[in-house]
Amino acid sequence: MSNFQRDMSLTGGPPKSLNSFQKLGTFIGFVGLFIIVLAGFNVSFPNKTFWLALSLITITVGIILFTWASYRNQTEGIKNHGVWFKSISGRGLWAWIAGLSLTGFYVVLYFFPQFLGLQAVGDNTGIIAFFDPLSRTLSGNPASQWFVYGTLYTVAILSFGVKFIWKYRHNRYEKLRTISVMFFQTAFAFLIPELMARLHSDTFSLPYYDLKNIWPLNYYNFEQYRIDSFISSGTIGLTLLIFGIVSIFIITPILTYKYGKRWYCSWVCGCGGLAETAGDSFRQLSDKSQIAWKIERWVVHSVLVFVVVMTTAVVATYLGNDPTKYWLTKDLFLLGVGLLLTLVFTLIWVFKRKELQKDAKYGAIGYLVILLSLLGLHYFSGSNLFLFEAETLRKSYGFLIGAIFSGVIGTGFYPIFGNRVWCRFGCPMAAILGLQQRLFSRFRITTNGGQCISCGNCSTYCEMGIDVRSYAQKGENIVRSSCVGCGICSAVCPRGVLKLENGPLEGRIDSKDILLGNDVDLMHLLNNH
Amino acid sequence: MDHIVILGNGISGVTAARHIRKNSDHRITIVSAETDHFFSRTALMYIYMGHMKFEHTKPYEDGFWDKNRIELKRGFVSALQADKKTLLFSNGESLTYDKLILAVGSKSNKFGWPGQDLKGVQGLYSYQDLEQLEIHASNNSACRRAVVVGGGLIGIELAEMLSSRNIPVTFLVRESSFWNGVLPKGESEMINRHIQKHHIDLRLSSNLREIISDREGKVKSVIIDETGEEIPCDFVGLTAGVTPNIDFLKNSGLDLGRGIKVNRFLETNLSNVYAIGDCAEQLEPIGNRRSIEAVWYTGRMMGETVAQSICGSRTAYQPGHWFNSAKFFDIEYQTYGWVFSERIKDASEIHFHWKHSDDTKCLTIATNKDTGKFLGINTFGIRMRHEVMDRWLTEQRSTDYVMEHLAEANFDPEFYRTFEKQILSSFNKKIQTTSL
Repeated sequence: MSNFQRDMSLTGGPPKSLNSFQKLGTFIGFVGLFIIVLAGFNVSFPNKTFWLALSLITITVGIILFTWASYRNQTEGIKNHGVWFKSISGRGLWAWIAGLSLTGFYVVLYFFPQFLGLQAVGDNTGIIAFFDPLSRTLSGNPASQWFVYGTLYTVAILSFGVKFIWKYRHNRYEKLRTISVMFFQTAFAFLIPELMARLHSDTFSLPYYDLKNIWPLNYYNFEQYRIDSFISSGTIGLTLLIFGIVSIFIITPILTYKYGKRWYCSWVCGCGGLAETAGDSFRQLSDKSQIAWKIERWVVHSVLVFVVVMTTAVVATYLGNDPTKYWLTKDLFLLGVGLLLTLVFTLIWVFKRKELQKDAKYGAIGYLVILLSLLGLHYFSGSNLFLFEAETLRKSYGFLIGAIFSGVIGTGFYPIFGNRVWCRFGCPMAAILGLQQRLFSRFRITTNGGQCISCGNCSTYCEMGIDVRSYAQKGENIVRSSCVGCGICSAVCPRGVLKLENGPLEGRIDSKDILLGNDVDLMHLLNNH
Repeated sequence: MDHIVILGNGISGVTAARHIRKNSDHRITIVSAETDHFFSRTALMYIYMGHMKFEHTKPYEDGFWDKNRIELKRGFVSALQADKKTLLFSNGESLTYDKLILAVGSKSNKFGWPGQDLKGVQGLYSYQDLEQLEIHASNNSACRRAVVVGGGLIGIELAEMLSSRNIPVTFLVRESSFWNGVLPKGESEMINRHIQKHHIDLRLSSNLREIISDREGKVKSVIIDETGEEIPCDFVGLTAGVTPNIDFLKNSGLDLGRGIKVNRFLETNLSNVYAIGDCAEQLEPIGNRRSIEAVWYTGRMMGETVAQSICGSRTAYQPGHWFNSAKFFDIEYQTYGWVFSERIKDASEIHFHWKHSDDTKCLTIATNKDTGKFLGINTFGIRMRHEVMDRWLTEQRSTDYVMEHLAEANFDPEFYRTFEKQILSSFNKKIQTTSL
């Protein structure tokens, strides 16, 4: 089979070069990055505030100029022209260069922060110190490597958010959703925690808390140092701790029931925010194969089990055994975890068993048995809870999932595997929300009768690798646990086939056979065959 | 167990194969000269525009066919010997069948224009057409100007494709306004303006007289019949409709018209030979539908129907209410029921037309003047819910009812601005002015 992507004519392939303003935008953006790189080599800037501001502003201006140059002459509408021809978005050389650079950045950030200027003793230097002026303005403290990361992350979401809004300016759903992720990133992930640090005194110290970052995405939220500092910070601290628990057990299920997991994954979440804005150019790279879907189900749910085990073990280590000191003892806690897991399993088994695939059944039973027997083993024989030290579990999770999976692979490989690798294969929060969405939510993507022409735009541009077309061409609604409700399938559909909707649970999935254009009698026959 | 041979791996043939497999254990072979695997023909344009790669246009993974015991054979059939139940291939091979389903699709119309077979002159229908297009119009230095001849759905798509690669396009449309044999005036004129907004050199009421060759037998220019104007170009797209691809069946004994004649059971005059999809020509008309319907979903429906017959329950093809959709550059178009253009509608059909001031959204509702019955709706830039429209047509609702409840049928994404109130008030005003 010949391949259209190769150059077939003597005069070369389709146009894919940048126009001159796009080149200028790219240059200006890289000047901003270059200033930061210079800081990394400890170039001393006479006025750090000025140069930091200059670098952040040039990065933003560069991206926005690029955006303007890309879309100013285009009419409103879907214009994915040349996406697969361009090196950066079609897994060409530039994609690999970008992927390796991003990956390199994450490796340095997580494992070699000394190259960013982190000093064990004394003031930080290099890039971290370069960000001091902004950090001091916000929190009053010098910058850390996480502040540098947070700042660049926010700049990326904001400026690529502008690009996304411009690109989809005909689509109000996309515009509102993007304004929402831009707001939550800037306010909740960036400004509020920094400003909260200003309240700190010798007697009052809140942990750095991004309120929208819910356990288990925020896997460290219930670790001892955080609990200690929540509790020691009086009413405010206690309120925040309770909010953290309520978030996952009450707020999340209610919102997911009403709107699907999109309320979080593509409207609020920071990981989703970056994926939807800076990662938008890479959404078509997700793997749509059946085998990828199978791997996704096993991996993401295994991460969920891992985080439950790890958190249970960590919390259990700091709970006491004496009920007279504090009502929540270690035994009571473990019993509670066991009961909760059993209850969730039983409810799903009783009410939703028919909707589970075979491997989901095996997986659910297998994991429940393993978890309960580990709990039992610990209870009766006093062996290490879950066989490993809690600290070992915590460290392994932080390293494997927190750093490698979500950062290095999840974001570093945007240009190769697509922008939602972490959300799809790794995020335990997405796994929980996905279970709720699949089994107990009003959300679905409605297929519009028989209008589908199987073109494949929806599947191609699904960042979660859902083969949307396979449902749409059968006239079936799409109810998939992984769907983050970004709405792009509906946006790129040339025939108006797909609509994200919240509606009644009855008939949420059913195919509307008759509307495929067939006579009722025929469909009756077909269905009875 | 019969051997079912399906000639053609487009939507019709593949749907037939899938449903035969679903309902039976017959041996199934799909024959195609075009590609190894089924792909969505309607998505060819997106490959050229770089939205998708060819692999993305295949609705099933390559392992699907093996898994479902559907044999695929690549080959060009040159003749059918019905008496021997045999297909002959151009390379001398042959294949016997117990039942044959002809799903051979269409080919682009060529109306005998001088120069129509020159290099750089082609239609846009098949995978091979796309390969040719990539050779002759890969970018605007290989192709400094393209001329598209024929103002229908494929023509406007080809114009969009070429302009996505910054190739200047001259668009020759025979009619006085784009597609106005199908679209009512207000809609057709809005699309004219939309085409021009995309910097297409739109020439209405313009026929092709002749295509001029250079010394290498490649297109050099075209001449417009009405004005005699010569337009230099490197590529000519012939998109004046399609016609069933049945030349190789001429001496097969099949009853042929423009297409392969079939009864309501999709049976041809030869026993055990069926025809479905673009190439089938209905002997008896079905409602207002054309006898040959080169439409994606009718191909799919015929595939499902013929599968029933082959698996033992002889079933008539009964398409429901007419619907269709298309996209003209940025503007989506949907239609449900029948809205005829002024050129062909009869006097009892009256239209209500509404257009948004931004000139990208409009709708037309057709009503029977005497009964007030809702006949159909065209929408541009507003998505409609098929389920609701289909129900209203079945329930034979009045246009008044449809106007009152139009919001129920809206299928636009969440948070989109809606126009039902504006449409209704404009409708009520018009009624008042007409009754005065």
